[in-house]
Amino acid sequence: MDLRALWFMLLGVLLAGYAVLDGFDLGVGILHLGARDDRERRIFLNSIGPLWDGNEVWLVTFGGALFAAFPEAYATAFSAFYLAFMLLLFALIFRAVSLEFRGKRDSAAWRGFWDASFFGASLAAALLFGVAVGDSMLGIPIGADHEFAGTFFGLLRPYALLVGALNVSLLALHGSLYLQLKTEGELQERLRRWSWQAFGVFLTLYLATTLVTLARVPRALVNFERMPWLWAVVAASVLALANIPRSLHLRRPGWAFLSSAAAIASLVALFGAALYPNLIVSSLDPAWSLTVANAASSQKTLGIMALIAALGLPFVLSYTAVIYWVFRGKVELGKLSY
Amino acid sequence: MGLDVVTLSRLQFALTITFHYLFPPLAIGLGALLVFMEGAFHVTGDQDWERLARFWTKIFAVNFALGVASGIVMEFQFGTNWSSYARFVGDVFGSALAAEGIFAFFLESGFLAVLVFGWDRVSPRMHLLATVLVSLGSVFSAVWIVIANSWQQTPAGYALVSHGGVLRAEITDFWAVVFNPSSVQRLVHTLLGAYLVGGAFVASVSAYHVLKGRHAGLMRKSLGLSVLFAAAAALALPLSGDLQARVVARTQPAKLAAFEGLYRTTARAPLSLAGLPDDARQEVRFGVAVPGLLSLLVHHRWNASVTGLDAFKAEDRPPVLPCYLLYHAMIGAGMALAALFVLAAWRLRRGRLHEDRLLLWSLVWAVGPALAAGELGWCAAEVGRQPWIVYGLLRTSQAASRAVPPAHILASMALFAAVYALLGAVWVSVLDEKIRRGPDAEDEAKAGGWMDAAAERADPAGRSFTEPRQEA
Repeated sequence: MDLRALWFMLLGVLLAGYAVLDGFDLGVGILHLGARDDRERRIFLNSIGPLWDGNEVWLVTFGGALFAAFPEAYATAFSAFYLAFMLLLFALIFRAVSLEFRGKRDSAAWRGFWDASFFGASLAAALLFGVAVGDSMLGIPIGADHEFAGTFFGLLRPYALLVGALNVSLLALHGSLYLQLKTEGELQERLRRWSWQAFGVFLTLYLATTLVTLARVPRALVNFERMPWLWAVVAASVLALANIPRSLHLRRPGWAFLSSAAAIASLVALFGAALYPNLIVSSLDPAWSLTVANAASSQKTLGIMALIAALGLPFVLSYTAVIYWVFRGKVELGKLSY
Repeated sequence: MGLDVVTLSRLQFALTITFHYLFPPLAIGLGALLVFMEGAFHVTGDQDWERLARFWTKIFAVNFALGVASGIVMEFQFGTNWSSYARFVGDVFGSALAAEGIFAFFLESGFLAVLVFGWDRVSPRMHLLATVLVSLGSVFSAVWIVIANSWQQTPAGYALVSHGGVLRAEITDFWAVVFNPSSVQRLVHTLLGAYLVGGAFVASVSAYHVLKGRHAGLMRKSLGLSVLFAAAAALALPLSGDLQARVVARTQPAKLAAFEGLYRTTARAPLSLAGLPDDARQEVRFGVAVPGLLSLLVHHRWNASVTGLDAFKAEDRPPVLPCYLLYHAMIGAGMALAALFVLAAWRLRRGRLHEDRLLLWSLVWAVGPALAAGELGWCAAEVGRQPWIVYGLLRTSQAASRAVPPAHILASMALFAAVYALLGAVWVSVLDEKIRRGPDAEDEAKAGGWMDAAAERADPAGRSFTEPRQEA
């Protein structure tokens, strides 16, 4: 297999891993202010307490792998989205420290501040990720020299904001399903109602986004004509999405959560399928787009990296499995909790 | 020096790395001490070690969260602020960052969960394993970051390849990249520095409690272990520093000349102990120097010639004054810490440490210079590499992003300054409160189960390996 295509796919795997795993952390954050009292908020925080940090590593590794495999794309995208990335960094910083600091004082003002910061940071991160996906779909003004020639506010287009809102609703849904696995009784019932609401909002935005995408980004379908098997991914994503209300109705939150995880992973795959072989589409001239061909590292580096991934990923997956196994089950607040 | 993209990006990088670099050495040093404490519990069965490990784990978690939060900024900045650099080195440098993610961060962050939250969920053996793995993860992380940084200092195993007229570095020999001429020496020095920081940190808190007479039994053990640990690191640091300086002399002679304020290539070169370099006069003013000692240290001969700054064109020289001051401040702090910890270790051995209040207060404050020495050393290494971002290959002035307007960097830098000031203040106040409270009384009450079982195995005499021996 072509190493460049392999790395495009591996980046997709890392991104999907991040979206599925940190996705529920961000979702819990988006729902955080809906919790009624301190006990419920602590349950929310402790449901992701041991896991968020490892989940964020998927993003860090995605960043490193993009840097190594497609340095041109890393350089162009990160400098193009400068302010957006800075906002994302502040969001991730505040998400991390809010979790850690909130429980360290008993004062209501102290906890209220970190609650608001945890919510705002999670919401901002989810929105920014969605906006970035939307902008990537539309393409951004990239010149012949591979440098960004637009402005920050030019990135906040209606379509990009629509995808941003879509992502917020999707992660809120994902987070509410995750929380049902971690809670019991009345709180769990309430979360189930939130899941229905989030699903309704998500479905509306999803249909709207799909229609706009089909109308405005015809390029997104090119690969589907060349590789008809990609329709199987579309089918998988629709089935996974449809299984969420079904499982909710049957009161099987485990299946609902797995379905939303599968839906997120398949949406990332569809995003990749719409982009390939481009990494960053130039809206000025398609010839100036950054592709797997003109943005990649040397074959030797891609080969070394593939070896590193082959050595490392089995370990990563086994650690992840061990940690999730150790922290399975409902949240119990104790001395060690946040 | 106007406020252009390069200057602003350098200032922002300096600000963000200085804040970030408070935490990795604490994680590495404290992680190693946690392994010792928990290991001591498993070997001796002495519950005190387990209570100490629980107490220090909480402190570790707070530091770790800040390290994670400030660390992701570093990775993104290569692309946001230094995209021309990223295009040039991605092939080489990116691989090290990706390897750090896969080999170090997953290990570290995953098992941190078990370390912090898993005391009652996994068996004691599994918990010890998690502690060891987190500690190893933090070391692996240092390995890859130091390799990446060393490659910038002493590039090796690459070829410059032109892509449409734009040059970039590509890997030709992966192991030559990994074992580039300075990576091993630099790694040893960085890790020893981190162990000193960790030891000094634990010693500081423990000495404070001993002085206040709280948790005295526990904290004496903690103090003894950390003093011995820090003393060993502080003694090894000058040796490793000497080896590293000789690598610098061989691979980056302009940097060594700037460190030493050696303006002219000189036989029987003096080692400048203190002074103020003056570029206009091309000499170190008000200097105290030992004749011939620099030649002896670098070449092991009194009268050997050491390359001075005059061997380099003006545009290839690092700024002498900051290099000289940073380097000498690091050495000064390091030497003072070595003296302090060796004295403390000697007093400990004699059983007279706990009564020496002046020495204990010195230990309380020593964590400041220990953290500062790490920052100063890192900063000296980076400023000494100037005007190059990749030594001899790419100038810092050519490396910044071209698509980012200066106003955006000014805005982000102002935000970083404000946010880091807030986080720094919260960090210190939260740590302060945790430290003042010490190991919780509730911890003792809730301890049970496997701790009771362990207590049955405990040595009835309850002897510890750091307490002074009574019978002596």
